[in-house]
Amino acid sequence: MAKMVSLTIDGRPVSVSEGTLIVNAAKTIGIDVPVFCYHPKMEPVGMCRQCLVEVGRPAIDRATGQPVIENGQPKINFGPKLETACTTPVSEGMVVLSQSDKARASQKEILEFLLTSHPLDCPVCDKGGECPLQNLTMEHASPQSRFLFDEKHHAEKRVPLGDKIWLDRERCIQCARCIRFQEQVAGEPVLAFYQRGRSTDIITSSEPPFDSIFSGNTTDICPVGALTTADFRFGARPWEMKAAASICSLCPVGCNVTFNTRREAKSRARTGTTTAGGKVVIKRAMPRQNEQVNEIWICDRGRFEWHYVEREDRLEKPLVKKNGKLEKVSWKVAIEEIGNKVKGNKEEVVVLASGRLSNEDLFNLKQLADGLGGEALLYDSLPGGELTTKYGVSAGTNIGDMGAGTTILVAASDLYHEAPIWHLRVKQAAERGATLIIVNSEATRLDKYAKHLVRCEKGEAAKKVRELGAAVKDAKNLVIFFGADGSSALAEACAELVKSRAGKPNNGLVGVWPRANDQGALELGFKPAQDLQAVFEKASVVYIVGADPIGDGAIKTQNVKRKPFIIVQELFLTETAKLADVLLPAQAFTERDGSYTSGERRVQRFYPAVPALGETKADYAITALIAAELGIEVEGRSAGLVMDKLAAAVPAFADITYGKLAETTEQWPIIGRADLYYGGTSYQNSQGLGVPLGRENKKAEEGSL
Amino acid sequence: MPVLEPIIELGRGLFTTLRSMFEKPVTVQYPEERKPVKPRFRGRHVLKRYENGLEKCIGCALCAAACPADAIFVESSENSDEKRFSPGERYASTYEINMLRCIYCGFCEDACPTEAIVLGDQYELSFTDRKQAIYPKDMLLEAVAASQLLTPQKTEPGKFTRSVPEMKDPQD
Ligand code: SF4
Ligand code: SF4
Ligand code: SF4
Ligand code: SF4
Ligand code: FES
Repeated sequence: MAKMVSLTIDGRPVSVSEGTLIVNAAKTIGIDVPVFCYHPKMEPVGMCRQCLVEVGRPAIDRATGQPVIENGQPKINFGPKLETACTTPVSEGMVVLSQSDKARASQKEILEFLLTSHPLDCPVCDKGGECPLQNLTMEHASPQSRFLFDEKHHAEKRVPLGDKIWLDRERCIQCARCIRFQEQVAGEPVLAFYQRGRSTDIITSSEPPFDSIFSGNTTDICPVGALTTADFRFGARPWEMKAAASICSLCPVGCNVTFNTRREAKSRARTGTTTAGGKVVIKRAMPRQNEQVNEIWICDRGRFEWHYVEREDRLEKPLVKKNGKLEKVSWKVAIEEIGNKVKGNKEEVVVLASGRLSNEDLFNLKQLADGLGGEALLYDSLPGGELTTKYGVSAGTNIGDMGAGTTILVAASDLYHEAPIWHLRVKQAAERGATLIIVNSEATRLDKYAKHLVRCEKGEAAKKVRELGAAVKDAKNLVIFFGADGSSALAEACAELVKSRAGKPNNGLVGVWPRANDQGALELGFKPAQDLQAVFEKASVVYIVGADPIGDGAIKTQNVKRKPFIIVQELFLTETAKLADVLLPAQAFTERDGSYTSGERRVQRFYPAVPALGETKADYAITALIAAELGIEVEGRSAGLVMDKLAAAVPAFADITYGKLAETTEQWPIIGRADLYYGGTSYQNSQGLGVPLGRENKKAEEGSL
Repeated sequence: MPVLEPIIELGRGLFTTLRSMFEKPVTVQYPEERKPVKPRFRGRHVLKRYENGLEKCIGCALCAAACPADAIFVESSENSDEKRFSPGERYASTYEINMLRCIYCGFCEDACPTEAIVLGDQYELSFTDRKQAIYPKDMLLEAVAASQLLTPQKTEPGKFTRSVPEMKDPQD
């Protein structure tokens, strides 16, 4: 435990650990010292001078080394100048005045200076309404400027910094948050200042420009509207949008996001691929704080690639194949059709599901498969992935805690592209002193942080991992991220290394899955599909949910002698869907609730953001309908009720309820609407931090293995 | 005197009637005849244009934010020099006012940073259908004078870079 230091800020006593900066100490007791360049996730630089406060320290008697006492009180010496609260650490007995006349006058003057070069075009600025400069100006600045309006600084207003991020040179206040984010947090120093004084510009030095998968985060922390996203450009004003908590569905990290939604007029088509006819649509995705998962960041895939859920070619009505053509029918007809065909063929039913489905969907599918005596297969996971259910990381694991003493092994995975936020977090752990070992056949962007870099041929990663055995044996903690390398040998080799540690926090396997919920499927007892072609040819009924094996080439239909009865449940008319005998339209994850299990085995809830499209139904509900038709009892009324059933049936999920998943605790740094100026526009998490799995592994530790 | 009193009262009443026959009538023969409205009259809105025909509205939705009746709906898009609707980067691609919701308070006018939305003189609004009460942008936009061009216009690059003009306080 760090030494505690007591001080008073604006007359209020506070006790914080040694080394804390004044601005953060103030924040802990709810005093807002205005800042622009300081950001709690980055090193302070003291560039903007907005945070100047008066600081007094107790006078020390040189002879005795004791504080001087005057009238029974310690004598406080105030410095002749103000000090920056963002760079000054607290000290014992310190007295900070953030609201004294002197401090307030300086805060006012700094703002007046900043505004001489600021266009004040808030009405057309995408940041307007959630802009720290606006807010601090309203709070601290003087209503009149003493500078000449005609001498205002003018610069270029629409500079594409990359294809995703646009810069407004006029609005930049040179706080360098964006530059420092790229340097310190993302580890990709592609932004820099160019020129000096009033001509200072932000430029990008990379080719292609602004080459970083984390670039969108700079728009969150930019305290003005200088950096905005091309995707959201003029999309809506912040106050017009509603916020819905969700989980990013694009990779196994499971970043917490918030979808901002708004009704859109009939007259406008948003992009080439989406239209919205007077509907409520998603306008943008923003990060939502979860310090154990994504902190306050998301990657650009999560921020910009959710558009697929609004594609025009979404399926809206059930379809049944009649005379070789898919025809629109009612749900009743479609389900009856399934009932008729399946009732005779129960024993050879195969359910093929993908990791895009939620835990609830997968549980229901498993129930159905079990009820029919069929198989439940997971499409496209990692070979040997099921080992993570035994040796996966367990409750209490947090990459953010890892540092010296922890060894992180990344085998056959390019985290930067496959799970970007893990890349960021592993990189930070390595910088804190964790030993990073990378085994890969190709160079990755994480390589430069590795202590040991092992190059191998494709398919040889398992061998190399086994050779590492002795090297990692003594590590206090060991976490292994593994990807696909041909066979299950890699997963087995990795499991071998962590076997003895299973159940301990910050130890275990993490599968870098292709989809968001592959972990959940495995936890629920799905088997990774092997040799799909054979399975397909043998089965009499195949129920394919959220996967496109035919489009991906995993199943070839040309020479199949006997085609099974194919039920497909999908968002789009995929190649597989075209072959379906019955095609059922599912809701996207943005239209319903549910939960995903992340690769770190954290179960997290997502909530509906927009109304469901057409006649679509949630996957778990469709499965329940089919089950009911076949005389099997499966819960389908609501996702929460399915979770109750799931928790009762699957030991790993025991006690998990929707209520528990929605619980939050206080997180640092404080993020949220009133604290925009401090942490940026990332959303506060008030809808749940999720619950980690891992109790199974506790049993393992007790010796049942 | 109880007998005379009703007669006097009757006479007084008849005199008033008689007198008013020779007074100038206050009734206005609407719609043939109309009274001019006061300078600050708040009638149906007009979206103004600059002298060159460009729209003043920049699609900022501050009017919608100020509106206590939630009557305004704005969606904005980006201008280009090839297709310019308003000065600066942004224009209202959708602008609708629901005249049935509007309470003619004029807050939108106050909120507008470009003096684009102005409550005009028109008070003759009638609809046969609720949907007709939603006035889209083309109904609200001021007609172009002969000297002006319709929007969108093709403009020379670098000329219209500012969205928000410098404004003076209103005089009346
Ligand atoms: S672009 Fe934004 S974050 Fe970057 S220096 Fe300018 S104001 Fe700061
Ligand atoms: S890291 Fe993965 S989960 Fe997070 S935002 Fe990116 S794609 Fe989504
Ligand atoms: S006059 Fe008042 S009620 Fe009518 S649109 Fe304007 S702000 Fe809304
Ligand atoms: S009318 Fe004025 S306030 Fe309303 S969107 Fe247009 S510019 Fe903004
Ligand atoms: S100098 Fe302290 S916040 Fe910028």
